[in-house]
Amino acid sequence: MSEASHTHDHDHAPPTDEAGPLSYYQRLELAVRELLIEKGVLTADEVRAGIEDMDGRSPERGALVVARAWSDPDFKERLLADGPAACAELGIDVSPARLAVVENTDDVHNVIVCTLCSCYPRPLLGLPPSWYKSSSYRARAVREPRAVLGEFGTVIPEDVAIRVHDSTAELRYMVLPQRPPGTEELDSDALAELVTRDSMIGVTTALAPTAERHA
Amino acid sequence: MTAPAFAPGERVTVRHANPPGHVRTPFYIRGKTGEVERVCDEFGNPEELAFGRRDSASVRLYRVRFPLPEVWSDYSGNGSDTIDVELYEHWLEPTEETAV
Repeated sequence: MSEASHTHDHDHAPPTDEAGPLSYYQRLELAVRELLIEKGVLTADEVRAGIEDMDGRSPERGALVVARAWSDPDFKERLLADGPAACAELGIDVSPARLAVVENTDDVHNVIVCTLCSCYPRPLLGLPPSWYKSSSYRARAVREPRAVLGEFGTVIPEDVAIRVHDSTAELRYMVLPQRPPGTEELDSDALAELVTRDSMIGVTTALAPTAERHA
Repeated sequence: MTAPAFAPGERVTVRHANPPGHVRTPFYIRGKTGEVERVCDEFGNPEELAFGRRDSASVRLYRVRFPLPEVWSDYSGNGSDTIDVELYEHWLEPTEETAV
């Protein structure tokens, strides 16, 4: 009987973080961190606070920015002109990222990738999903973006141009998805719920409103 | 700060070079021709910073837009699909336009 054929409500693999020897880079990180703390360059609490700050970033921040841009045309204009300054208006500090927000329209659909590594607008979206870092996505997003989007269930009409952004250097991109039709009555909170992480990467569009969301 | 060598809308060709070291110009875009979409700031040169040379001169960054059918000769998508790549000035050359 194959492993895959019985019903699962558990993972087969045990948690691996304590299993096996540390990798070269895990040992290096540990050694450097301990040295910095021992020499008083950093405190353990500062390291912990840094991790907490990174873990606290989630796509909800990006969704807040998008929902505001959908409901305030002047804010949208400022966001497209100067991403970091517009985010600061909402109390969101995107430094050190040099944020460039790219807008989806009836004529253009944007999608972001980093072919060289995994550059990602972390202050607004948190940590990148594992597929974003995979060599398959990184290679194919620039080679056959329409096929990749199709695998996410996103079919871009032929008369809409795809604009791929390869984050090769200093800028970090976030896609401003199109506001879905039928959302005229929704407030910012309800709009933000339609904005998914993947829609801000550009591999999907924003969610359509449902009856439940209206309620 | 030095004045940018290229202006938005100008056609530029990426140098076809293969230097060793930490290079942030993807292989697939070398030798390709595109149009300057935006002139960015000057930044520390990653090719120097990667080796700890923090006092090296900063370099101008550009965002250059390339038509995907020109990047991939067998590109199967829409002819107006494009890719934007950030490239440092020393990787760009003015495009010599040949008369058609």
